[in-house]
Amino acid sequence: MKANKKALLFFILPFGLLFAAFYLAPIGYAIKQSLYQVERKGTFGKAQEVFGGLAQYQRVFTDGPFWESIGRVLLFGVVQVPVMLGLALALALLLDSGLVKGRRFFRLAFFVPYAIPGVVAAIMWGFLYSPNLSPFTAVTSAADLLSADLVLWSMANVVTWVYVGYNMLIIYSSLLAIPQEVYEAAKIDGAGALRTAWSIKIPLVMPAIVLTTVFSIIGTLQLLAEPAVFRTFSSAVSSTYTPNLTVYSTSSIPNFNLAAAFSVVLAMATCLLSFAFLKLTQRGGDK
Amino acid sequence: MKNLNRVGPMLVMGAATLYFLVPIWWLVVAASKTRSQFSSTDPLWFADFALIDNLKELLAYRDGVFLRWMLNSVVYTGGAALLGTLLAAMCGYALAKYRFWGREAIFNVILSGVLVPATALALPLFLIFSQFEATNTFWSVFLPSLVNPFGVYLARIYATASVPDELLEAARLDGSGEIRTFFTVSSKLMFPALVTIFLFHFVAVWNNFLLPLIMLGEEKLFPVTLGLYTWNTQVNQIPELRMLVLTGALVSIVPLVIAFLLLQRFWRNGLGSGAIK
Repeated sequence: MKANKKALLFFILPFGLLFAAFYLAPIGYAIKQSLYQVERKGTFGKAQEVFGGLAQYQRVFTDGPFWESIGRVLLFGVVQVPVMLGLALALALLLDSGLVKGRRFFRLAFFVPYAIPGVVAAIMWGFLYSPNLSPFTAVTSAADLLSADLVLWSMANVVTWVYVGYNMLIIYSSLLAIPQEVYEAAKIDGAGALRTAWSIKIPLVMPAIVLTTVFSIIGTLQLLAEPAVFRTFSSAVSSTYTPNLTVYSTSSIPNFNLAAAFSVVLAMATCLLSFAFLKLTQRGGDK
Repeated sequence: MKNLNRVGPMLVMGAATLYFLVPIWWLVVAASKTRSQFSSTDPLWFADFALIDNLKELLAYRDGVFLRWMLNSVVYTGGAALLGTLLAAMCGYALAKYRFWGREAIFNVILSGVLVPATALALPLFLIFSQFEATNTFWSVFLPSLVNPFGVYLARIYATASVPDELLEAARLDGSGEIRTFFTVSSKLMFPALVTIFLFHFVAVWNNFLLPLIMLGEEKLFPVTLGLYTWNTQVNQIPELRMLVLTGALVSIVPLVIAFLLLQRFWRNGLGSGAIK
């Protein structure tokens, strides 16, 4: 449809202006800030911001702890994202299989943790992991869930707990959208429940799985609330444990220019990774 | 035979239910205990019922700062999600229903915004707001929270699917202006979708932790998540805060859980629009 200009401006401008001010401008500003550095003239001179070219990026790329933290969240993602989405897919398929009674109840029960903000979920699980407070003493006395070796996976459990139900619901909704005729054809061909799930349902809900994977990848690289909270429960979580913690602790030094460079690199890595994943699945999916 | 088939799946569902609900059950039990019984009695069952006392203590602590945090969260999150959904809906609707120069370019720029993580924006936003000496204000958290590019994307999809062109033509012939048509006709057709966008937006703002953490210094402006976080970091120095953190955690999740249960009919329909079963 053609539009009259006034109406069009009315619809688009409010969002457009806010998007420009609070999305595009910060990106531009971060890039600009990351190209500057603070210099002092003499020992007691006034601090001054001067153009530093790629000096901050040089610091970022030689910053050991930062790349360690990137490696840490990548490892976290490689394990946690498939586990979480596998669980979500399995539960969605079970809900959809017709073998389960009380679907409404289960759907709600699994979804409740999603209503709990990351900070609160992390505080809850922090208590549940603490050896002297946990109800699961059999587990916490056998293994220190807050030790340097295990704390990453303890956090993975918190994230999984919060997001399985949400991802399940997205996959389940797209299972519900599959037309009945497809199943009838499969039935005539003599396909059992497992066969139907594997060769009909899963391929048809692939777009939903791709979408949830992209969101999970973005979420993983941004990991912040869980490690920030776990710092009070475990000494194994350093102030540079994840990239976003690094950004936060660098900006509270304060070294805004370096923190801006960290932010830019992290945002680019996130975009690149989710974009690469999208491209990869498109090539595989479209025959 | 058919019943035997169900045993396995039901066991899996039962185990999953325990996994998801036991921690919440634990929180309810823990928040109902006295400080001394919290660590000395069975963590998964009630002792002396002290929930009311804990709540009183929570609300009285430091002149009721907790209540203030709860209100802040409601305003930040509810306000931003309501207004943000409206803005995203209008923009997505225009991108779906009208043809104009630069439409695809605008849509692509907004869409790439979906891939930019909100936390990457927190620090530059802080720097920009500090140029205007506006950090540590209500607006420094509220305004950036209004923008939800994913909402525009969803609104565009839903508007394409649920608002027929013929209807808009008819409204036009009846002499209804474009803007009036949107509010009286189109927004009603998009309503289930709008609830979905609202909920996504609500949770995103509710969960955004880095922005208030970086932006706010004054306790009175904190959302409840940041407030609980700061209390929790002080637990080692001030042990009596522990019961407050637990009770506060319980109180903070109750409104959201209720909202989800009440709205779930809408938002399930919105997600799986076109469902047959």
